[in-house]
Amino acid sequence: MIQLTSIEKVYRTDTVETLALNNISLHIDKGEFLSIMGPSGCGKSTLLNIMGLLDEPTTGQLSIGHQEIKQFNDRTISRFRNQKIGFIFQSYHLINDLPVLDNVELPLLYRNVSGKERRRLAAEALEKVGLSNRMQHYPSQLSGGQKQRVAIARAIVGQPEIILADEPTGNLDSTMGNEIMEILEQLNRADQTTIVMVTHDENMARRTHRLVRLFDGSLVSSNTFVN
Amino acid sequence: MLKNYLKITITVMRRRKMFTFITLFGISMTLSILIVLTAFYEHLFSTNYPEIHRDRSLYATVLEEVESESGGMRRGPMSISYINKYLKTLKTPEKVAFASIPNTVNTYGNGKKLKLFFKYSDPVFWEIMGFEFLEGKAFTQREIDNNESVAIINDQTRDDYFGKGLPALGKTIEINGQNLRVIGVVRGCPITRMVVAADVYLPYHLQKRDPNNQDMNGSYYAIVLARSEADLPAIQREYFEIVPRIPLQTYGEFKPDRLNANLSTYFDSLVQDTFFRTGEGSARTRFYIFISLFALLFMSLPAINLVNINISRILERSSEIGIRKAFGASSWTLVAQFVIENVLLTLFGGLVAILLSAGFLWWFNQSGLIDYADLTINWTVVLVALVLSLVFGLMSGVYPAWRMSRLPAVEALKG
Repeated sequence: MIQLTSIEKVYRTDTVETLALNNISLHIDKGEFLSIMGPSGCGKSTLLNIMGLLDEPTTGQLSIGHQEIKQFNDRTISRFRNQKIGFIFQSYHLINDLPVLDNVELPLLYRNVSGKERRRLAAEALEKVGLSNRMQHYPSQLSGGQKQRVAIARAIVGQPEIILADEPTGNLDSTMGNEIMEILEQLNRADQTTIVMVTHDENMARRTHRLVRLFDGSLVSSNTFVN
Repeated sequence: MLKNYLKITITVMRRRKMFTFITLFGISMTLSILIVLTAFYEHLFSTNYPEIHRDRSLYATVLEEVESESGGMRRGPMSISYINKYLKTLKTPEKVAFASIPNTVNTYGNGKKLKLFFKYSDPVFWEIMGFEFLEGKAFTQREIDNNESVAIINDQTRDDYFGKGLPALGKTIEINGQNLRVIGVVRGCPITRMVVAADVYLPYHLQKRDPNNQDMNGSYYAIVLARSEADLPAIQREYFEIVPRIPLQTYGEFKPDRLNANLSTYFDSLVQDTFFRTGEGSARTRFYIFISLFALLFMSLPAINLVNINISRILERSSEIGIRKAFGASSWTLVAQFVIENVLLTLFGGLVAILLSAGFLWWFNQSGLIDYADLTINWTVVLVALVLSLVFGLMSGVYPAWRMSRLPAVEALKG
C-alpha cells in the first residue's frame, strides 16, 4: 500500500544542516496497522508527514497504491490526499470557528459532495465514534477525548484507504486513550483501513500489527505482533 | 461550499470584533463618502426638478469683454438686449428663455421679516422649465404687454408670507416697494439649481433698469432649449460663428477688442466658471480626471490598510490553512475561500455604507441646510457602490490569500 524507498529528509538553514530522516525504506501492506516509536525528535512525525504528502522528502521515492508521488502537482496532491488519506493529529487540529458537524464534513467539501449528502455522511461518521449528540457543539465545548473522536470522524468520513495518526492518544488519559485505540482497531478490522500510528506508548504500539522504531532519523528495528 | 465560507466569514467577523470593526469602518466610511459625493454630484448636475430638459439645454451665463493691450476685462451676465439680439435670433434652437441672477429683498409678511430671493424672467422661461404649479399659472406675454404687476411665488414663501396652508392666489405681495398680485404658486426647488431657484419670480418688465439697458452686460442668463440633444453642437456652432462679429462697445477709457462668450451644457457652464475658468481644453475632461484621481487615492488608502490587516488576520489562521490543506484543499481553493470571505466582508461593508449614506442623505434633506434638498441614492449609485465593494474585496484579499495559500501544509499546521 505504502512504499518508501531510501527516503532522506534534510532541513537546511544558512549555517546548519540537519538530517531528519536517513535512508528510510519501508513497505506497509494494505490493511496493516503499523506503529512507529522512537524518542522525541527522531523523525517520527516527519516520516508520517511525508507519507501523508504534507511534506516532501529531500531524496528517495514514495509510492502509494502503486502510484509514484514525485510527479504530482499541487492540485493532484490535494486530490490524492483528499481521497486516499485521513489524518488524526495529537492536538486534534479542529477548526474552532466551525461546529462539530462542519468540521467532520471538511474532506467532503473538497469532493463536490452535495450539502445534504455531506451532512448525512458526517452524521454517520460521528455516530461511529459515539458523538452523534454533539453535532452542533463547537470544539471549545468538548473534552480532549471528544475532540479526538471528532478528529477521527473527520478522518474516516471520506472512507480513505489510509489513516495516518500522529500520537492520537498523546493528550489523553489512559481510559480515553483506550477508547480511541478501540475505535482505530475497529476501523482497521472492519474496513481493512491501513493505519500508521506514531506513538510514545509501548502498550498502544503492542496492540498494532507491527512496530518500527526510529532513532536519530534511521529505522533501527521492526517487530511484528500477533494480535 | 459557499455556505461554508459564509459561515466561516460570519464566525470570524463575530470572533474578531476589533478587526471586523476596523475593516467595516474603513470600507463603510470610504464608500459612504463616495456615495454621498455622488448624490451631491447628481443633485448638482443631473436633470432634476424643475430643469426637466437640462439634458437638451445650453446655458449662456457669461460675457467677457477683453482689452488685449491693457489686459483689462469686463465679465458678467448679459443684458436682455444682448440676449434678444444674439441668442433669441438663433435659428437652430427650439426655444430661448432668460432669467436674471437672483436678487435678495427684505419684506414683511404674516408679522415677520422675510429675506427673499427674487428673479426676473421672460414667459418662455416657464415654457422650458417643468415647475409644478400648486396654484394658478405662469405669466405670459400678455401680462408683460399690459404692464401688469404680477408675481409667482414658491410654496415656502406662500406659507411664510400669507400663513401656512392658506391660498395666495390673487393676494398682494410687496417686493421692492412694488405691490404685486400673486398669479401662481409653484413647488420650490433647492438653491443649488442656481439658474432657476428663487422665492419670487417676476416678469422682466418689472425690472426698473435692465429692459432699456443697451449695454452687453447685464444681469441675465439665457437658457437655450434644443429640439434634441443631438442638436446641441449645431446650436453652439451657430452662436460661436456670430460672436466674433458682434460689434464691441467702448466704456470711456476701456476699449475692448475681443468678446468671449459661453454657451455650454449646464455641467460645463458651472464647472468652467467655478473651477477652470480660464483654462484651455474641455472643463469636463479635466474635472473627471481630477475627480477620478481623487476617488482612486481616496480608495487606495483603506485598501492598502486592509491588505495589511488581512495578512495578519490570515496569518493567525495558518493552522486552519494547514488543516484544510491536509484534508484536500488545493492552494487555489484556499485563495478562492479567502477572497470570497473578503468579498463577502466588503460587500457587507458596502451594504452598511448604503444604509449610512441613506441615513445621512435623509438627515441632510430634512435638516433645512438647503431648502427643498432632494438628494437621493439612485440605483446607479448603489450599483457603483457594490462594484466598488467588490473591487475593494479583491484588492485587499487576493494578495494575502495567495501568499498564505503557498504556505507548505506542514508549516501551516504548526500554526
